[in-house]
Amino acid sequence: MSRLDPPEVIRVDRERLVETIAAQLAGGLRLGLVAAHEDRPSTSDARFRIVHVLLGADGRRVEVVVEIPRAGAWLPTLAGVSYPAGRFEREMRDLYGIVPRDHPQPYRLVRHGHWPTGYHPMLADADPNPDFGADAGFPFAEVTGKGVYEIPVGPVHAGLIEPGHFRFSVVGETIVRMYQRLYFAHRGVEKLFEGRPAAEGIALAERISGDTAVGHSLAFAMAVEDALGIEVAERERLVRALLVECERLYNHINDIGAIINDTGFGIVNQHAARLRETLLRHNERLTGHRLLRGAIRIGGADLLDRPDLALVAAVADEAAELARISTEHPMVANRLDTTAVLPPDQARSLGVLGYVARASGIRVDARADQPFADLGDGFHVVTAEAGDVRARFDVRVGEIAVSARLVADLAVRIQALERSSAVLELAGPGAGLGVVEAWRGTLVHRVEVGADGNLTRVKVVDPSFCTWPALGIALADTIVPDFPLANKSFNLSYAGNDL
Amino acid sequence: MTIGAVTVIVIHLVLAVLLSPVLIGVMRTTRARLEGRVGGGIRQPWRDLRKLLAKQPTRAPGSTPVLTLAPILLMASSLVLCALIPFVSTVALTSVPGDLFVVVGVLLLGTVALALLGLESGTAFGGMGSSRHMVIAALVEPTVLLSIYALSVPAGTSALAAIVRARLADPASLLNPASLLAIFALVVVVIAETGRLPVDNPSTHLELTMIHEAMILESGGRDLGWLELGSWLRLTALLGLVANLALPWGIAQDAAPLGLLVGVAAITGKLLLLGAALAAVEVFIAKLRLFRVPELLAGSFVLAFLSVSASYLVF
Repeated sequence: MSRLDPPEVIRVDRERLVETIAAQLAGGLRLGLVAAHEDRPSTSDARFRIVHVLLGADGRRVEVVVEIPRAGAWLPTLAGVSYPAGRFEREMRDLYGIVPRDHPQPYRLVRHGHWPTGYHPMLADADPNPDFGADAGFPFAEVTGKGVYEIPVGPVHAGLIEPGHFRFSVVGETIVRMYQRLYFAHRGVEKLFEGRPAAEGIALAERISGDTAVGHSLAFAMAVEDALGIEVAERERLVRALLVECERLYNHINDIGAIINDTGFGIVNQHAARLRETLLRHNERLTGHRLLRGAIRIGGADLLDRPDLALVAAVADEAAELARISTEHPMVANRLDTTAVLPPDQARSLGVLGYVARASGIRVDARADQPFADLGDGFHVVTAEAGDVRARFDVRVGEIAVSARLVADLAVRIQALERSSAVLELAGPGAGLGVVEAWRGTLVHRVEVGADGNLTRVKVVDPSFCTWPALGIALADTIVPDFPLANKSFNLSYAGNDL
Repeated sequence: MTIGAVTVIVIHLVLAVLLSPVLIGVMRTTRARLEGRVGGGIRQPWRDLRKLLAKQPTRAPGSTPVLTLAPILLMASSLVLCALIPFVSTVALTSVPGDLFVVVGVLLLGTVALALLGLESGTAFGGMGSSRHMVIAALVEPTVLLSIYALSVPAGTSALAAIVRARLADPASLLNPASLLAIFALVVVVIAETGRLPVDNPSTHLELTMIHEAMILESGGRDLGWLELGSWLRLTALLGLVANLALPWGIAQDAAPLGLLVGVAAITGKLLLLGAALAAVEVFIAKLRLFRVPELLAGSFVLAFLSVSASYLVF
């Protein structure tokens, strides 16, 4: 298997945008990414070009491109045909000033109250250091009624987690509505990519979300390779697949401990932390970095050492034992079962990804849908039906076993192949797509490279961006003291979402 | 006799204040070691307390004297509890009865002080903690009352010292079903009252799940130090009560120095062992879903009720 086919590009005008996207969605594709581009800025012919990337379950990729004049830019909203599209539009409005017309939720998403009016940071002429005013506040939809009260939590939390504000409207102990306010960790990552040589983007991509260093750097590298027509040798692709699985292993094991810790059964967390540390040290031996940074490069991937298969197998066995001890404990099982259910139809219409989707019975996994390497017989997609905390826990447990098996298989196959050394010529222009099943879910990068080999636009979609809205849905009828457990079972990235 | 009783009370107070940080330290260290951690050491709670008491409290603008008074009230109620409960000797002041109704009343005083403190801060967490705490208190207090009442039936008095003396005089009564049921019910409510697993998780940092910790989130410095010590003393007093009701051996019957010395050694050993056992059990259990806590407490109430009925049938 080599590179996937280049995407089918459909150019439409904005009058026909909605029907075109709707037709593609009806054809079984899902909206993976929407990226706005500012073409020929500061000329009289300045235009916005918006690329909608649709991904199929069979490796199919379709790009629907619409061009609009920059002055008074607007688009017909797609929120009616796709919920994720509505969120991409809100993001685009805040960052580029492109107005989605007749949007059902015309509220800001990225921008906080203290941003200056009319400030759209992704525009070429945006002031990099604007005059941020006092916080103009952020109104929340108030739930009124007898006995309803609000609990504000964050953005500074008690644990070592990222910033995010949650506003619960509660009756007694039952959550009526949960509103989340994110984008406290908005660093302007996409803008930081612009103008850098493509090879330098790797280091930045590794730092988008610290626990997904491989996922982001690989998606970025694959997008650049796709843009510049670089072929990656079989061995390097297998090494990349192995690294993705190593990342999945240590993160899933960490999650297992964290979920059980929130039920008060701390001993499992202690042992999970020990297993995670074992894996982190193994990572350091493999790549020179505990979080696997520095292993992926454009055109390839490197390992410093052979994976210790006995160690990985032993860790996976112990993780399975920990999971068994937890789920066979009646008090722990009672906390996990039926807590924070995300129904499959809701999960599907919200467009959630990763283990959250698979725990609600949706079989979405880029390793099967958009593969970049043949993973062999050891791979299968783990799914569960219930959609509760238990299902998300079980999916992770299943994926640990699959990942450990894949690491073993891939290591043997890598050993049998010769290391290739090709000198790369990074010359543009071009546009490309990178799709990776990172540990949280399907990660998409879309990269455009200029004629000088520098990046002109990088759009990043972390699976967390698509999955965050589902947390509030899953909390319906959940009680307040179970929120931390529900949140841990989602474990979404703030940095990856906020960019 | 009065001088003897006063001596005993002074010993109770000094012992409780010195022992309670050690008890917490032993419990935390036991749990840490069983989980494969090193832990902060047995003296860590004592060091924390010293640090907190030396610090000026930060109080929110607009806060009322409740913020200052609640820690004092909790501390005072815990100290009275320690003075009344027969730890070292069964000698008691005749004018101040260590009556079980008095003990439950004093316990409730501390509970109310904590709940008011939680509401005082005006934050959602404090109010949430207070509301949960009162729900649990409402379920706990009757059970405390009933289970000790069951033990008072054979003794024919509701004075705790007299109950302990009667149980010591008749060791066979320790093993009768009514007594065992009452002790078991008492253990469950002591766990709930002092905010241990499976009712509350004292080591969590997640505000939304907290009960006890949520109420004291807004307190700091000296205020927090007194609240911590007050809560530890409560735990010490209640565990001491359980220990001396279940295993009354070693407690002195008078105020003679040798007897008191044996009594001090006995209660110290019993408390630390009981604390370590409680911590060891905590390693193996998880926190109950909040809405299932009432089921647990209702269960313990039923046990206490059965115990009272059985007491009348047996005696």
